[in-house]
Amino acid sequence: MSLSNLIDDWSRYRKGREEGGFHDYEHMWGMSIDLNKCIGCNACSVACYAENNLAVVGKEKFEKGQGMHWLRLERYWDEPDLGEERTTEFQQHGASFLPMMCQQCNAATCEPVCPVAATYHTPDGLNAQVYNRCIGSRYCSNNCPYRLRYFNFWSYYEDSWPAPLQMQLNPDISVRDKGVMEKCTFCVQRIRTVKDTARMEDRKVRDGEVQTACSQTCPTGAIEFGDMLGMYDPETGVAETKVTRMWRKHQVEFGKTKQNKQTPDMRGYRVFEFLNTDPCVMYLDRVREV
Amino acid sequence: MQNNEVYKDINEDLKWAQINKDVLKSMENPRKGYWISVAVCLFLIMFAVVGEVYQYQVGMGAANLNWPHMWDLYIATFIFWIGMSHAGTLLSAILHIMNADWRKPIYRFAEAMTTFSLMTAGLFPMIHLGRLWNMYWVLPYLTDRGIWPNFRSPLVWDAFAISTYLTSSALFLFIGMIPDLAICRDNARGWRKKLYTALSLGWRGDDRQWRNFRRTYLIMACFLIPLAVSVHSIVSSDFAMSIMPGWSVTSFPPYFVAGALYSGCAAIITLFILLRYYFRWEEYMTIAILEKTAKLTFAIAMVWTYLNLIEFASVWYGHSAADKEVLLAKFSGPYAPFFWGMIFCGSVVPFALAFEKWRRHLPTMMVVSILLNIGMWLERWMIVTPTLSLSYHPIAHDVMWPSWVQWFIVLGSFGWFGLLFLIFVKVFPAVSMYECKEMVLHRRELANKEISPVMANNPGGGASIGGGSPAPGVANKSPGVEGS
Repeated sequence: MSLSNLIDDWSRYRKGREEGGFHDYEHMWGMSIDLNKCIGCNACSVACYAENNLAVVGKEKFEKGQGMHWLRLERYWDEPDLGEERTTEFQQHGASFLPMMCQQCNAATCEPVCPVAATYHTPDGLNAQVYNRCIGSRYCSNNCPYRLRYFNFWSYYEDSWPAPLQMQLNPDISVRDKGVMEKCTFCVQRIRTVKDTARMEDRKVRDGEVQTACSQTCPTGAIEFGDMLGMYDPETGVAETKVTRMWRKHQVEFGKTKQNKQTPDMRGYRVFEFLNTDPCVMYLDRVREV
Repeated sequence: MQNNEVYKDINEDLKWAQINKDVLKSMENPRKGYWISVAVCLFLIMFAVVGEVYQYQVGMGAANLNWPHMWDLYIATFIFWIGMSHAGTLLSAILHIMNADWRKPIYRFAEAMTTFSLMTAGLFPMIHLGRLWNMYWVLPYLTDRGIWPNFRSPLVWDAFAISTYLTSSALFLFIGMIPDLAICRDNARGWRKKLYTALSLGWRGDDRQWRNFRRTYLIMACFLIPLAVSVHSIVSSDFAMSIMPGWSVTSFPPYFVAGALYSGCAAIITLFILLRYYFRWEEYMTIAILEKTAKLTFAIAMVWTYLNLIEFASVWYGHSAADKEVLLAKFSGPYAPFFWGMIFCGSVVPFALAFEKWRRHLPTMMVVSILLNIGMWLERWMIVTPTLSLSYHPIAHDVMWPSWVQWFIVLGSFGWFGLLFLIFVKVFPAVSMYECKEMVLHRRELANKEISPVMANNPGGGASIGGGSPAPGVANKSPGVEGS
């Protein structure tokens, strides 16, 4: 504990800000989600439950809005303007789906408001949540425009995994108790494992080596996950990855509140870009015939 | 028309010894009504304890909080109590600097109200924490792990601002009480004697002590005013610093401060009437003072209404669809009854204060002041909850009502405040004796009354202005009340 630590941290923080923020980063994890490919099967959500020890709260508490689904599949009904007489058939085009997980914003609104700094930005460009540090003031969730943070309103452990179900919990990640905020981590335990392996073998992390549970499970391959440092700063020598190619193709860039797209076939967008949260997840708009 | 003589701030023929006697009498053995009030307060606290123990055991879900209703009545009531605390500073510090001496008989209990409502407010951020047992992590305490709180977070500013304000206002209350504590010391026996002897810090009432006392008091007053303004501005930044529609409003800091003074003044009127009734303090808590407080409340009510309208207008003419949606939902959504209740109580009811007849009628003023405070409590709730139920993301639109646990704890907070206040009025003088005497003296001079040489030195016929023996210059050396 010392003042010099604080001053050091502060100067590092200021330096990073002035130089654009991401220079010390080893990686910058991001996603690209193609809504054309999404069939709304919810497999990603299920995989997330299994991978991240998410509590299964039961029907009653879920209806009360106390569910813990880090990755939620939002369903929106299409309502094309077909004129007065056919409004009852608005569902003929089916629903569109939007898988929403933590957007890992570069300018995350949840981070500055946490009183104990339990949520912060990692050098990997992730928006981390430290469960042990969280005191449960819930301000982060209130300030998240995506509402992607979930709070342990009850102690779910015994109800969710009655013996012997606790045997199937993922040992790489903790089980959270009541009073703690949690959210999607981009499967940080998998990222750690791959990074450690790469360091042991004295090489760089290869593209596609890290897979989140959701992208691994998606039957149509709608979710792409990868390192996006090359996207931000090409001079760092980071190779192009599948995700960065996707972002470039659809002309979505970081640090913008509005993307200028030149042609309509560039479908990329980020949710609530206008709030300047600078999310790391790009969605590709669904195209349909109306 | 009524006789103007009746409506004087204070009767200038009041004897100083009489003032001592009246105030000291209020600290004597309590009557039945007092014990009933204490019992009611304890009963309310019991409710809160039951709710809190249950919530502590099972988690915040007991309060019926959910996603996205992460905050609810706890934060609303927290702001309410913080707001209440501003009236004491207004009366004792701001009006002191502005030389409004009508504040003198009523500022002591207002200041006590400040301290106790802060002590009540401080409980709520703790109650609402998911992990209450780790609440001290918000403070920058020294630890080997080198972990600091996040200084960018308004919640940390809250912790600093409120603890500073609580310390300073408690200190201010104590300092202003020293001459009175000396009077108590001179007249007390038993454990009270020991207590007041320790607390009066050897006050003898000599020239040097008075000079230092005045200076300290003035400095504290000057220190407290910016502090009071900053505290509620910081509390408002819990909302204004966020990006949520209906919360990130630039006018929130002045709006909150106005609301705070408003609810504080209303609470002063309530307590004023209660104390006047319980202790029969008609000589001190006069109708004229009540009227002045009411006028002040009316003025603040209009400022608050104006700031409210500013907020609506800036949302209306702004180009944020989400902000507009939240505003419209307040007008016509599921929370509309409470919203209109707030507008009625906060902006319509205060017009009752514009009429002299009602300002002088105690039962009317009682009802009005309680309505005003209900309105202000609703205001805080309407700031917190509609935004949560209707933020940017359509999938997270939800309406949720607080459970019994929240209501119990909110009710219990009133009991807690009441209990602290009841203990205060029996242990400490709730009317400032020395300042009432000053006021009597000044009024007498203003009235150009003949002051006899003896009266000039000691108009009370025995009692000194503060405790202890009178200043060396005063010829008539006399002990306390017995001298009269």
